[in-house]
Order: sequence, then structure tokens, then C-alpha cells
Amino acid sequence: MILLEYQGKEIFSSYGIKIPKSHLASNVYEAIEAAKDIGFPLVLKSQLMVGGRGKAGAILKCRTEEEIKQKFEELMKKEVKGELPKSILLEEMADIRKEFYLSFFLNRTKRCYSIIASSQGGVEIESVKDRIIMDVPIDGITSDLASSVANDIGLAGNEKIAFIEFIQKLSKLIYEKEAELAEINPLALLGDGTFVALDAKVILDDNALFRHEDLKKYEELSELESQAKENGFSFVELDGDIAIIGNGAGLVMSTLDMVTDAGGNAGAFLDFGGRATTESIYQALKVISKVKKIKTILVNLFGGIVRTDLVAQAILKAYHDNTIQVPVFARITGAESEKAREMLIESKAKLFNTVEEAINAAVKY
Amino acid sequence: MSNKFDLFDILIGKESDDDFKKKPVIIQGMTGSFGSTHTRLMKEYGTNIVAGITPGKGGQSFEGIPVCDTVKEAVEGTAAKISGIFVPAPFFLDAAKEAIDNGIKLLVAIPEHVPLIDSLKILEYAKKKGAIMVGPNTPGIIVPEVMKVGIMPAKPFVQGSTAVFSRSGTLMYEVSHTLTQSGYGQRICFGIGGDPINGTNLIEAFNLVRDKDDINSIVVVGEIGGDAEEKLAEYIISTNFEKPVVAYVAGRAAPKEKKMGHAGAIVYGNYGSAESKVSNYARASVPVAKRPGEVPDLLTSRLKK
Repeated sequence: MILLEYQGKEIFSSYGIKIPKSHLASNVYEAIEAAKDIGFPLVLKSQLMVGGRGKAGAILKCRTEEEIKQKFEELMKKEVKGELPKSILLEEMADIRKEFYLSFFLNRTKRCYSIIASSQGGVEIESVKDRIIMDVPIDGITSDLASSVANDIGLAGNEKIAFIEFIQKLSKLIYEKEAELAEINPLALLGDGTFVALDAKVILDDNALFRHEDLKKYEELSELESQAKENGFSFVELDGDIAIIGNGAGLVMSTLDMVTDAGGNAGAFLDFGGRATTESIYQALKVISKVKKIKTILVNLFGGIVRTDLVAQAILKAYHDNTIQVPVFARITGAESEKAREMLIESKAKLFNTVEEAINAAVKY
Repeated sequence: MSNKFDLFDILIGKESDDDFKKKPVIIQGMTGSFGSTHTRLMKEYGTNIVAGITPGKGGQSFEGIPVCDTVKEAVEGTAAKISGIFVPAPFFLDAAKEAIDNGIKLLVAIPEHVPLIDSLKILEYAKKKGAIMVGPNTPGIIVPEVMKVGIMPAKPFVQGSTAVFSRSGTLMYEVSHTLTQSGYGQRICFGIGGDPINGTNLIEAFNLVRDKDDINSIVVVGEIGGDAEEKLAEYIISTNFEKPVVAYVAGRAAPKEKKMGHAGAIVYGNYGSAESKVSNYARASVPVAKRPGEVPDLLTSRLKK
């Protein structure tokens, strides 16, 4: 789960990590109230999951209330990489002496947590040559390691002590909240010698949420997403008109690629997981039926132990009670596939022997 | 990375062994609906399942297999070194630790949704105790026509000399099925797992079969997310890997920053993208199939070279 900046900062703050004075606003009245508390000048920061907000002009400086009125509305309407904000964070302008980069992340390659730090902050880290990467033991960062990171980015004396304290708090947060990433860019050293997190990008481990009641509030699922989740499906809404359903994430991804190659546009990705029953397929069709623009449903089910007649039964049930009206093109391998074919012969569903044939039929429809 | 670890020794043993092809396997979480269905199927396939573990159900039996309360009891007298773990994700950490503590050397970790920190902890513990883990979020391992520890259907697989390593379950079945239909049987098929952290990664899997004379080629089924394919390509180049390799990468058309079903299948910027994987494979002269059905043809042309 990717958190918005203000959410990440809430968690930072609960670990004693210093953040600038800020308030969240979802309308201009709230923004003006917030500005009274923060004072001018301040910055408006669009709350988006996507990166590159600064470059895209989604972070704006304001000196007066008039400016807030105008720029707030502007930001709320401003789409960045297809994403619109639901709220804007108003934040005080910090008295910055120097900017750094710091991130703590799950290193998939090395299978441990690693730190990236640099004395050049505020720019895209990929473009920075002068950065260090260090691996962190599973039980958290040691003070020796923190000290060596501080040395490597050129810190000494009290600044070094302040940095070590900062990174230890961040380490504690990562392990306790089970985050995959906590990136602070820029991390600012202020005039008073303290470090403050000017930005926050936090990604939490979805699979660990069951033991973090306090973090569940950040999970923002659309109605369809929560319906899919309740049924144990993986579901992603896309832009096109072909809904793709299958058993297994890899298989559905592969089908999505082939649909795209054949000139089709996928409108939904739904993996109903390992166990296909009449009920689970029916529920999958129910979720799909609520996705707008869907013209056809493509089912790619590679079964072995799956009984295809149970799948056919689910499709018939969904047609019968009008859950779906659009045609279903299906490739279903597994036990009883002849029986399934006969069951569907009178319906709007059609079974194919290969996935390529099913895709062609769906794309041409 | 340990080259000394012989996967086949653990899985099927040597011809001189009394229990050649009949190595004892225990199943943790055998009595759940998932565990019991697959225990029956594994047994039918020829896997020598000697005990199941479900705390509180010790003394019962299922399909003639005794159920024990603890791994310790299950291992006593059976000398099992392999465990198939079928417990729900929240119980995985304890189950895996118990297995390692009681001498299990190969953990096949089936559950999906295991927290990443739990995977990291088990991985470190396994290394310390000289065990290896496959998964989590894996369909398991199959040595076609000999045995399987996992949830894969039997039908797609026949004995042969190709190894299939896959980050996805159903794609492993699909690709093996197309190989089988084209006359390419498999010596071993092995699910790496769909999570960001894999107990045995692609490079380690390659190391496990690198010196096997009865394996003449490898098919790698990958997907978007992470850099496992990129690292594998580097490994193939830097170690002069000699066996022909053919790849498939799922997720070319997936949107960025969206988790495509698997916890590990997510692209951030260019990191984890299909383009990056395909171009790295190209540098290692590994052909990449556009769709699963194309894999056998690519393999044929690689084997001719």
C-alpha cells in the first residue's frame, strides 16, 4: 500500500521524527483556516501517490490568502500522470541549511533492508552519483552503522549525532510498522541543527496489515476493490472494454499482454486465485458486471483439478439472474470440458480450445 | 548461495538409496481443506508422505497418513527432511521455524500473503541452519512422474530433460503444458514464488541444476517487478552459463505502480518493467517468448544451435 505524503508524515511524527508544521485541507475554506495557523509564506502540496510532483507543478508556494484561493483550486483540478488529488497539504516553509536524501527499503535482490543516503537531496536519486548504499541487519540499524552512514554523507559533530538519532527512529518505524519503503527526499538540515522530513514516501506491506489495526485506516479501496478483496480476488480496473478473468496472477497478466498485442483494450484484471468453485466464478462475474464500459468478458482458466462444468454453471447462473448480459469468451482446460461446452451451447458464452482463439473472438466482438 | 546443496539428493535421492524416489515428506497444515485436498493428490502422484502436522489433532489419521501435533513427532522415526507447508500465512513464521528446528532441510512454502518480514526472518534462520526454502507463494516443486510437493496439477507435466523455473503458478502449468505437447518433457519444475522475497531465487535455482547432466535446457517464466530477470541475465553472462535458456516475461501491458495480483508484480518507473527484463535477456542471448505458446519453438531453435 502506497501512502500519501501526509499519511507517511503522520506515522513519522508518531515516532518522534520531526516534520514541518502542516495541515491537510480538502477545500479552500479549510485551506484558509490552516494558513492562519501556519503563517506565510507556505507551500501547497498536492497529495498524490505518483512521484515527480515538483516537476509537474503540483507543489506551489503561497505568500497571501489571495494566492491560496487561486492556487488551491488550480491544484485540486491538476491531474498528474492521470491522478487527481483528494486533498492538499499546507506546510510551513522550513529554514533549510542543507538538503539530503535518505531511504530505507526492502532490497528484493539482496533479501534484506538497505539504506540509500546522499548529501544531495531534493533531486531524483537515480540521477545522483554521490550516494551510498548499505545493508541493514534484520533486527534494525546499529549505532555503528548509522554513524558510518553519517560519515559518508559528510556529517560531523552535533549534526552527526542528530542524524544518527533520526535514522534510528526511522529504522524502528520500518520494522515495527512493516514498511517496504520509507523515503525522505529531501531530508533537510535546518538552521537550528535539527533534521526534518520535508517529504515522505511510505509503502506498507499489505500482507502484514492483519497485525496492524492502526494502519488499516490508510487503506482506501474503491467499492469494487473491496468487493473483490472480500472474495479473495486480485482486481485492477483498467481503461478498456474487455474484462479478463483467470486463475493465477501470471496467467491473467499474460492474457492481458496477448489481448493488447491483438489490438484489444483490457478494462479489468481479475485473478480469482487457486480455488475455482461455482460460487467464486459467479462472484468474479458479479464484480466484473459493475465495471463500466465492459463489452466482453474473457475467461482464461488453466485448470487441472478445476471442474470446468462448475465454471459453466457459474456463467449460466450469472446470465440467468441478469448479473451479466455481455458475451463471455472462454478458454477453460480441465476436467469435464466436453460437458461444460454442451452446457453453454445455448448461452451467450463460447468455449475455445486455445487462449489465442478466445482472445481473437473477444477483440473482434 | 551454496553449490553443495543437491536438490535432487534431497528430493529423490541416489539410486543406491533404499528410499530412492521415495524420500519421506511431511505436510504442515495437512488437515485443512487446502492441505488435505493436495495431500491426497500428492500421495496419488507418488510422493511418500509419511506424516502430517496439525496441532491439536495428533493421533488422528488422514488417507492412512498419521497426524501429529508437532514436527518433532512427525520427524521422529521417519527421518523426513522435506516439509510442504500449507498453513495460512499468519502461522507461517512459527510453522517454518518449527520445521527448521527439527531438522527439515527443504521447506516448500505454499502460502500466499506471508508478511515480508516473516519471509526475511525465515530465510536468515534457514541459512544459519543449513536449510533452503522454496517460496513462499509458490505452487511447489514437481519431478514429473516421480513426485511432487505442491499444488500443481499432474497433467501438464511429463518426464524429460528441461527444467522450468517460474515466478507464477498457473504460468508454470501453462508453459509446461505447451512444452509437453511439443515433446519437451521436464526433469524438474519449480515455482520461485510470486512474492518480492523468494527463499530460492532464480540464480540459486540455476545453480542447483547447473551441473546436472540430465538437464539439457532451462525455461524461465518471469514477470514484471523487481530485478530477478536482470540479475539472472548478468549471471548467465558472467558465469558463461552453457545450457540453453529460453524466457517468458508476463506483464508487458500492465500499468505502472499497480500490483498485478502478485505482491511482487509491480513496476516503479523503469524498475521492474518488462522492457528492462527483455533488453537484459537480449544481452545474455536469451530469447524471450511473446506468449507462452511460443516457448517450445524458441527452445527448438536454441537447442539446434
